[in-house]
Amino acid sequence: MAEFDLTPLVPILEQYKPQGRSGLLPALHAAQAIYGYLPEPVAAAIGQGLGVPLVDVFGVIDFYALFYREPVGETVIHVCADPACAMAGADAVMKVLASRFELEGEGETGRTVVEHSPCLGLCEHAPALHVVGKAQAGLAPGSYAALVSPTVGLGQRPRSRVYREMDILTARCGQGRTVGLAEYRAGGGYEGLQRALALPPQAVIAEIKAAGLVGRGGAAFPTGLKWEGAAQAPGDVRYVVCNADEAEPGTFKDRVLLEDDPHLPLEGLMIAAYAVGARQGYIYIRGEYRFQFETMQQAVNEARAAGLLGSNILGSGFDFDVELRLGAGAYICGEETALFESIEGKRGFPRVKPPFPTTHGLFGKPTVINNVETLANVPYILRAGAAAYRQVGTEKSPGPKLFCLSGDVARPGLYEVPFGVSFRHLLEDLAGGVRGGRRMQAALFGGAAGAFATADHLDVRLTFEDLRAAGLPLGSGVITVFDDTRDLRDVLIRLGRFFADESCGKCFPCQIGTQRQYEILRRLAAGRLLPGDRERLLDTGWTMTDASLCGLGQTAAGAVLSAIRLWPEMFQGGL
Amino acid sequence: MTATISLTIDGIPVSVSAGATILQAARAAGVEIPTICYHDYCTANALCRICVVEVEGARALAAACVARAAEGMRVFTRTERVTRARRTLLEMLASSVDLSEAPEIQQMMAVYGADPARYPQAERRDPPVLDDNPMYVRDYSKCILCWRCVQVCAEDAQYTFALNFSGRGYETQIATFFNHPMPATTCVFCGQCVGVCPTGALKPKREWLFQRGHTPDEIMELTRTERRRRKRSG
Repeated sequence: MAEFDLTPLVPILEQYKPQGRSGLLPALHAAQAIYGYLPEPVAAAIGQGLGVPLVDVFGVIDFYALFYREPVGETVIHVCADPACAMAGADAVMKVLASRFELEGEGETGRTVVEHSPCLGLCEHAPALHVVGKAQAGLAPGSYAALVSPTVGLGQRPRSRVYREMDILTARCGQGRTVGLAEYRAGGGYEGLQRALALPPQAVIAEIKAAGLVGRGGAAFPTGLKWEGAAQAPGDVRYVVCNADEAEPGTFKDRVLLEDDPHLPLEGLMIAAYAVGARQGYIYIRGEYRFQFETMQQAVNEARAAGLLGSNILGSGFDFDVELRLGAGAYICGEETALFESIEGKRGFPRVKPPFPTTHGLFGKPTVINNVETLANVPYILRAGAAAYRQVGTEKSPGPKLFCLSGDVARPGLYEVPFGVSFRHLLEDLAGGVRGGRRMQAALFGGAAGAFATADHLDVRLTFEDLRAAGLPLGSGVITVFDDTRDLRDVLIRLGRFFADESCGKCFPCQIGTQRQYEILRRLAAGRLLPGDRERLLDTGWTMTDASLCGLGQTAAGAVLSAIRLWPEMFQGGL
Repeated sequence: MTATISLTIDGIPVSVSAGATILQAARAAGVEIPTICYHDYCTANALCRICVVEVEGARALAAACVARAAEGMRVFTRTERVTRARRTLLEMLASSVDLSEAPEIQQMMAVYGADPARYPQAERRDPPVLDDNPMYVRDYSKCILCWRCVQVCAEDAQYTFALNFSGRGYETQIATFFNHPMPATTCVFCGQCVGVCPTGALKPKREWLFQRGHTPDEIMELTRTERRRRKRSG
């Protein structure tokens, strides 16, 4: 084995040692930035330095897709292979890149590696890729060759595409730049926090409850109840966590908020902290969102310098600070308890629930964990009041909602609309309809964990109650549209691969079921279904749905089962 | 004095003390719920899900080994949903690993009518046997990932931390630090992992040699040689 100079590790270990095991992911990220990968002596030194059993360090490294225990190329290119990008030609991009590297990819130094990636959250710019972690999108096919040189064209992020019927959440988004503290405050920013600090914490919770805000991450749990549960849980130490591990294929709303207007969710987190009595918060951002990690870090630094974080915030006597955490390539860490495990320096295994996070969350303490978009609603509720908030949307689904529209639509992008508009209004009036004037064959609601809709669903109103009645998930607000030329079997195989890649492997139904489902979907796409495959898909799917430990497994067959319901003829093979 | 909880399991009324799991309540009621990963002396992690039951009013099935009994709860252990899940789980297991030395699981397959060939053309987990120490062999083609070995090696018993995982999802495998051979790890050869393995994936070396047809004399010779070699090199 090559000799490794471990001296550059010393300051890293000094920095993270006080955190113990919780410092493991940040330390691994820092070490990998130095060595390019995580060789054994480095892993051992980190384990010794932080007091983590060496085999556990190994287990963590091997769990996360963006940690490498073998040398990789200097230039790693991740090509998104999920439905929206696939429809925009991701396979052709992959082919162009692969042929290019056979020419230039020789030798050990400067080697370029191309990898498939799960959804990069750049769906409105499909096809998307990351070069050394930096987003490249909307390029003409010919220009991909230039990407081989890591000095070309990097640092430019694609400008997020935002369209709106209202502007509670996205007023400052889509300008192609990050809104700083001064601009944010000029538009009324941090007035919500100020108003909150003038109220007793219980009154803040009451306002959120009165507004009827429910979680926007997919589970639709009432936010006020969650806050109240944590506020009333016994114990002195409480945490608030912002879940920015956005990874549901087709979802990019949190990316836009984080990179364009990071103070908005940050202010929401501060208000949550005050309401539940937390002095420490975490923002966990997916490993693929390095740029957004930087924009949020900048916002936190600005807030701290302005006295909005730290002790005695705005003279109120309230102390609160925030730490950012970068994920390392694991969809499962968007599951709230898996996210806690990840912050605690462990493999991202979801925990058995109950107990729930409100009583036993991060480090076993009462914890509120909210999605980025959920928190982005909070400042407005405090500033304008619950009554004003309820002017928007419907009785049962109040407020604005962000929809991530991608695939075969004329104007893919992020849409801010009031709850209650119809799918037809969103697709045809706002997004210009199906691209090229074609007919819609299907739309996937809720991402990979979602279900298919057809043209029969165009008039469904986009609310929690209407979608539930129609048997469609709202999920995190993803809608991927497929025109009448698309082969849905190709979509299904990509969803199947996604879940097989992203299952954590903890519970048997999901660990084995995602693999068996993927194998059968491969046969489906190849036109080689075996007798009994339809029943196999049903049994596998229902077993995952019914018996899995967490939401990933429970939804891993949702799209497949809905496809079997809608298009039974597609699965009539192997006679 | 502890509070008492009354519930029914398959219609049979039963009272248990507060904090009892559905599995414990079922045992008290004389109703058998199958378990695979569960072990009386290990932390229950609800991994295998073979113990799932239907609780009236709940959306998904509940893992009886960790779900707490509650007052007035109505639990059903033999519904169509439950038996479909158990049968399919057993069929998926059989499609993945070698269950030839897991008699309890084989018996369950017979009870639930599980077809071991249900999943044709399935990719099996079939890594080579790891014979890297004189005490025990590791044959992960038989490993169902019940985690018991990892748990007893860590906080459930020994605090030795020689075992964890490589990979994730279907590719998960029990592993040592950078896949080192056992003698190069923190393993103290306490044998607890071998003791809790339910499928013969971990096996004493002597038993393994015996099953491969070596005579007792050969076995003594083989392990003695290894012991000497280990002593010299150590």
